[in-house]
Amino acid sequence: MTSRFSGWSLLLGGLSGQRRWQQQWRAATPKRGYEAIIVGGGGHGLGAAYYLAKQHGIRNVAVLEKGWIGGGNTGRNTTIIRSNYLWDESAAIYEHALKLWEGLSSELNYNVMYSPRGVLMLAHNVHDEQVAKRHIHANYANGVDNEWLTPQQAKEYCPPLNISDNLRYPVLGGALQRRGGTARHDAVAWGYARAADALGVDIIENCEVTGIRRDANGEVTGVETNRGTIESRRIGVSAAGHSTVVMQMAGVRLPLESYPLQALVSEPIKPVMPCVVMSNSVHAYVSQSDKGELVIGASTDAYTSYTQRGALHVSMHTLEAICELFPAFRRLRMLRNWGGIVDVTPDRSPIIAKTPVPGLYVNCGWGTGGFKATPGAGHLLAWTMAHDAPHALNAAFTIERFRDGTLIDEAAAAAVNH
Amino acid sequence: MLIIPCPYCGPRPELEFSYGGQAHVTRPTAASNPSPAEWNAFQYERANLKGLHAERWRHIHGCARFFNVVRDTTTDEILRSYRSGEK
Repeated sequence: MTSRFSGWSLLLGGLSGQRRWQQQWRAATPKRGYEAIIVGGGGHGLGAAYYLAKQHGIRNVAVLEKGWIGGGNTGRNTTIIRSNYLWDESAAIYEHALKLWEGLSSELNYNVMYSPRGVLMLAHNVHDEQVAKRHIHANYANGVDNEWLTPQQAKEYCPPLNISDNLRYPVLGGALQRRGGTARHDAVAWGYARAADALGVDIIENCEVTGIRRDANGEVTGVETNRGTIESRRIGVSAAGHSTVVMQMAGVRLPLESYPLQALVSEPIKPVMPCVVMSNSVHAYVSQSDKGELVIGASTDAYTSYTQRGALHVSMHTLEAICELFPAFRRLRMLRNWGGIVDVTPDRSPIIAKTPVPGLYVNCGWGTGGFKATPGAGHLLAWTMAHDAPHALNAAFTIERFRDGTLIDEAAAAAVNH
Repeated sequence: MLIIPCPYCGPRPELEFSYGGQAHVTRPTAASNPSPAEWNAFQYERANLKGLHAERWRHIHGCARFFNVVRDTTTDEILRSYRSGEK
């Protein structure tokens, strides 16, 4: 059992040369069966396991992760958090997540380094400006903070920004969500893993699901894995880019396609970038980590793939835009780039829902923007699994909305043209 | 960047092409009176295969023609390309 972190425990840890810290969660081996199984040990899946144990009293839970905790999209994103989405359903679900972010470090007794440093989304043409202002008005109606900044105000908020008229796409202003920001992505996964483990959840790494078992009525009875069969009549799939691969094992087809999405970081420098800046039109987004690296998000590749890398010309395109918007960054070297596989729905909104298979639930389709939703998605998947019915906040995010024509069209949701 | 073998023009860099998604998806005919589920399958459900994937590309900055490519989505290796209507 792990001890609680406090100022006192950190001081003692320092005085003892940082040698007395314990393992933060057990390396569990699979039991014969569980009351509930979560497939996918990213932030969303671990969050779901935590809330199942914490809020619904379902503690006999296993999280099955084919790799290691934090090795998938949880450790591959650009850690941006915001909730300024257009439609009512989206604003409600992302705002739910944002409110959970605000208390998450104390909830988990683990510093997830949530930093509401502001997310500034730039406008470069008349259309951008109209779209941004439409979002601001819609957000205002939904109680979500978002405000318009003139170029001068944007420059004051983010001093490295170039607001010269001489740019190919000059900055005409921007929408700022002050409560948006960043968090430490690994810490989110580790914090949920540690807190779920403390409540009795088994976190099983290197355990890849290879089949989903069903009985004569079609109900799920368990999963087959590379570590043997594990029984459960309640299975939640939270497998991001591999959602279609896993769900196909139960014969469920999803309106998803998987694309590589790239990110890259620069060499670490002194604090220069006080907020997150995103630009749809020139496709750039950038923030600075607490280690000092600029964290830059590039686009998805044009084609579906599972390669977790992405083409170099895609990141070049983003770097060109960054160099124009932030001339001071031109001399920086990039340290490394990587890709994550994102599952994109046709309307760019997620799916958190029951499936046609009894006992099988899915959380997927977060596309290019899943990190910000981590606590909310985990919370709502847990609710849906515990009640065998959706929460009011995810009731609209069904699989059937595509058949029924009730899309939640956030095609501009990523704020960049993914 | 992929080097894509256009069956009409030969190998060219990916930037000359646009992606057309999964190949061989058949649109239901009006005469078949498709159900909402069939329309949904045609419009939105894709195989999203992990492995060999038949897909459409268009040589938009070249001959502008559509054709098909078989690519391994685990490595991005292109195995072959063929003209529309061929197998």
